[in-house]
Amino acid sequence: MFENFFADPEVLAQGALTGLIFGFLLQKGGVTRFGVIVGQFLLKDFTVLKIMLTAILVGGIGIYGMRAVGWDVSLHIKNTALLGNALGGLIFGAGMALLGYCPGTGVAALGDGSRHAWFGVLGMLAGAAIFAEVFPWMKSSVLGIGDFGKATLPTLTELSPWWFLTLLAILAAGIFVTLERREKKRKILSFSEKKSISEVS
Amino acid sequence: MTSVFKKARWSPYWVGVAIGVLSWITFAFMGKALGVSTTFVRAVGTVEKMVAPEYVADTGYLVKYLGNPEKPKPVFEWQFALVVMLPFGAFAAARISRTRFEETVPNLWAWRYGASKRVRYGAAFLGGVIIMFGARLAGGCTSGHGISGGLQLALSSWIFFMSLFAGGIATAFLLYGKNGGDHV
Repeated sequence: MFENFFADPEVLAQGALTGLIFGFLLQKGGVTRFGVIVGQFLLKDFTVLKIMLTAILVGGIGIYGMRAVGWDVSLHIKNTALLGNALGGLIFGAGMALLGYCPGTGVAALGDGSRHAWFGVLGMLAGAAIFAEVFPWMKSSVLGIGDFGKATLPTLTELSPWWFLTLLAILAAGIFVTLERREKKRKILSFSEKKSISEVS
Repeated sequence: MTSVFKKARWSPYWVGVAIGVLSWITFAFMGKALGVSTTFVRAVGTVEKMVAPEYVADTGYLVKYLGNPEKPKPVFEWQFALVVMLPFGAFAAARISRTRFEETVPNLWAWRYGASKRVRYGAAFLGGVIIMFGARLAGGCTSGHGISGGLQLALSSWIFFMSLFAGGIATAFLLYGKNGGDHV
């Protein structure tokens, strides 16, 4: 029953090392914390968006850059099924607001000390099993709608990926500058509030 | 150098840069994209297989990831090893900076729904079910779709990314109210 259970040891070592670094980074970034994830959705703490946008931008420039100079780096594009992607994303976001973690940060949070994340991880296993049961119905009635195959923004528009990466860089820079200004203002504000309270007392 | 590791939190921008660089390495040298949620299908499928192997052989979605009985696919592969090591990486980070934090009921949750551990654990379980159902319907999670797919400029991933934020923001305000932000 367990023949071919393990992949090549070298592949496993590579995966393990990647997981170790990824888990380390998630903890240092603060996203192994319930308050940081839910704080993002309550528009109070923008750590999640900052990490994700920066990772996407840096990652994208690197991958498309390596391909541009002729390195043999293959892409791993997931199929587009518009309804499935959109509906799945909405459901995912709802679950993430309730749990306070996503799958990766939830598993990493076990190491950061979160007790309730253990129940989240068990729930995720159950969720995967439930999806396997309803998959035939999903496949026939949801996943066929808006099927664009392995589409990317460049293949769809026949524009260079660099247009999109540039646009993304400008957008991200605008968002980051706005956020930092707002946070700085808020810090000064809360500082002066504390000062006025201490003056009164 | 050691002082950097002892810092409780790193700037989110530097963490983002580091995750971006990590993805260069996985793409270029391992031929893989960072991802997490497929491992949950492989893990639960393996448990089901131990109890009811015939049933699993007839469940198309599990066969897709585990292979059929004549030609099984490896369960413990690259991503599985990655997921198993995530807590160890986070544990090391938290220990070095001495910021490990045994959280049972988060403050925001306790403010809104009380300090009962049982209620919180039940909600976390339900949240886990919902999030993984959504991930499998969409075809990936925050890592596989959000970061890996986003950086490849995949259409599917950008739709997922935007829906995730829409669903998350709507649900968070519904669950914790507009004053919830003050109790995070």
